Amino acid sequence: MELRKSYFADQRKDDLHEIGQPRPRSDSPGHVTGKTAYFADRNFPGMLHLKMVRSPHHHARIRSIDTSEAEKHPGVVKVLTAKDVPHNVYTILILIQIGPEDETVLADGKVRWKGEAVVAVLAETERAAQEAAARVKVDYEVLPAVFDMEEALKPGAPIVNEYHGRNYYLYDSGECRKVRFGDVEAGFAGADHVLEQTYQSSPIEHAPTETTGCIVAPEGNDRFTCYTNTQAMFFTLDNASIILQMPGNKLHFVGGTVGGGFGGKVDVIVEPIAILGAKLTGRPVSFIYSREEEMQISSPRAAEKVVIKDGVMKDGRIVARKVTGYTDAGAYSRHSPYGAQKGAGHYPGPYTIPNVWIDTYCVYTNRTPSSAMRGFGVTIGDFALEVQMDKLARLIGMDPLEFRFINAYRDGDMKAHRQPTEGAALIECMQEASRTANWPVAEKFMAMSSYAKGA
Amino acid sequence: MAIRRGRGVAAINYPTGMNLGGDPTQALVHSTPTGNFMVTLSSVDLGQGMKQIMAQICAETIGVPSDRVVVDTADTDTGPHCMGTFASRGTHRAGNAVIQAAREARQVMLEVAAEELEVNASDLETDGQGNILVKGAPQKSISIFDVALSAHFKRGRSISGRGMFLIPRSYPEKETGAMKPSTCYAHACTVAEVEVDDETGEVTVLTVKNIFEIGRALNPKMVEQQLIGGSWMGISHALYETTEPYYPNRDHGGTDFNQYLMPGPGDLAQTEIIVLERPSADGPYGAKGPGEMCANPQIPAVANAVFDAVGVRIDTLPITPERILRALKAQAPN
Repeated sequence: MELRKSYFADQRKDDLHEIGQPRPRSDSPGHVTGKTAYFADRNFPGMLHLKMVRSPHHHARIRSIDTSEAEKHPGVVKVLTAKDVPHNVYTILILIQIGPEDETVLADGKVRWKGEAVVAVLAETERAAQEAAARVKVDYEVLPAVFDMEEALKPGAPIVNEYHGRNYYLYDSGECRKVRFGDVEAGFAGADHVLEQTYQSSPIEHAPTETTGCIVAPEGNDRFTCYTNTQAMFFTLDNASIILQMPGNKLHFVGGTVGGGFGGKVDVIVEPIAILGAKLTGRPVSFIYSREEEMQISSPRAAEKVVIKDGVMKDGRIVARKVTGYTDAGAYSRHSPYGAQKGAGHYPGPYTIPNVWIDTYCVYTNRTPSSAMRGFGVTIGDFALEVQMDKLARLIGMDPLEFRFINAYRDGDMKAHRQPTEGAALIECMQEASRTANWPVAEKFMAMSSYAKGA
Repeated sequence: MAIRRGRGVAAINYPTGMNLGGDPTQALVHSTPTGNFMVTLSSVDLGQGMKQIMAQICAETIGVPSDRVVVDTADTDTGPHCMGTFASRGTHRAGNAVIQAAREARQVMLEVAAEELEVNASDLETDGQGNILVKGAPQKSISIFDVALSAHFKRGRSISGRGMFLIPRSYPEKETGAMKPSTCYAHACTVAEVEVDDETGEVTVLTVKNIFEIGRALNPKMVEQQLIGGSWMGISHALYETTEPYYPNRDHGGTDFNQYLMPGPGDLAQTEIIVLERPSADGPYGAKGPGEMCANPQIPAVANAVFDAVGVRIDTLPITPERILRALKAQAPN
């Protein structure tokens, strides 16, 4: 890695003592010698292991659940179903006033995705819990499922989630988050070329080294200590408090040293049910995802579909951009309404375009619920935007890098969401890319500046 | 049939912090009797090195070397509220909270030193090595070790501070979408070079040159580790990863690292990282959040390079050999 200090030298004072120094990480020796303590390194006497009975169907009504065989299985201490969870229907973003509550801790009457948790089994050993889970009998009536966002949005599609009553999230702005800036249709009408293209992606796994999990120990003072690898301590504590209808002062969360998150550990899935198990048995409870659960049960990055329509002039100016983004939330909201909203704030990308129209939808299907992941709401959008930029440049016979210089945002430019641009640095990144990659561009672009007047 | 070369470029920006704001982080700082400093947080270190960065930020602000700062993360009984480590917010939000707490502690420290030295606190400065000096008369000084002892045992002062950082929440206007998604943005431009085998559809990423603008590299070595890891993840997203390889059939998703396709060491490109620093107005010492941004530009850069190599557009991720071969076949004259 190299620091190129020649850029923005007038924007910066390099007079600091500790900042900017490549100090060795104080936690590295512990990480590389195996001495760092993670949550799962704790082992309490009498600790129980929790395993989930999961739905084998993408969408089904639960006619009945019979746990009698499982309860008789040697080593089983407790079997939990929906009725044991004090506030079983929840949604995590309720803490920032984004509802409605739309998901169950343990399925109640219905399952909406293959892998959904239905019954929790607590046993003396992992093996006993696993064997007992296999003895739980659930009678399902399979329902039609929908896996495609376009299909889900068609009239008459099976309703995935009755708490929404429709297969999309209803924003205060309606069926999607909207950004309207200028007159996009007039922009298209006046453009030399109009190009509309569709981009798609598939769900992606976070693949952390350490799988999601927690260990909960009941304390002597009626409190519960939850050792966890959540990425958000109070967010998880406060949601657990709501789900368990337990005052927050009864909960003590310990964590903060995590083997990789990438957004996969902000969903509040393992902690509430493990605390409930500890409360109802009076014993420590461990609930740790297997690698299979991490890869196929925990929320992936959403599948997305992005439709971009651009109007461009022969001289390289983009005069209109319309983006329609679809985020496949799967069966439940989790963080997806936020992700789709974030996309609306990100388009049309780091370019100054006078006419912009953005609609972003959060769509429900019977796929595994998706949620946050590194680059949430933006990563797939950037793939779409930047491939589109390449296509536009070639359409008008222009160098793709020079085409970006022509449209790059600069300080003071008004963005589509009506914030003036501040702190821009796209032009300088492209200038350095031109130099480093030996990708020459015209001298006038090398003389541009994101902030200097007249440049 | 041949191995064909191509290169592609992509340029991006990325918002720092939770979208629309409203995401608080708080911090507490206090000194031990011998002038070491404790930073107490409930923020989470995901392996990216948050503890080390918070130590350097606190040390810079107080005026001591980083190894005199101990950072305690993530105990809800002791650490004040942090919204969490996500959305490229850890360094930006917690860093600002630590600066505010450390400034308050520093002010008490300077007041105690002023009493010991019989000068005004406003006439004092720190040397970054653990000493407090009178401006313009550096021979008149006192160590922070002695100041802390004095505060604890003689003057009955608590060298401590409270810090918090909150960007007020923005509510999008319903019809126009007018809103403030973020207060600062990191930037990147990536050039990727690939080889595509037009017989097998296989893509080899030869080189990835990443230019990242991140506000300020608070610890250049740690920035490097995060940016390189992100760049590899971008390649992985571009060419390999999906939990549903046969979608719309949802069976046969990977359940372990043998089945879930990711690049191995041999699949990683020669990676170059260049960092530019345009300090952000509201970042801790100008830092922005590069944690997510650094994994994004490689995906379109690789996609554009594949087109440059073989003349087909793969607009669905991941860009698998099968998709490339199907596109080549569709394009070929019969």
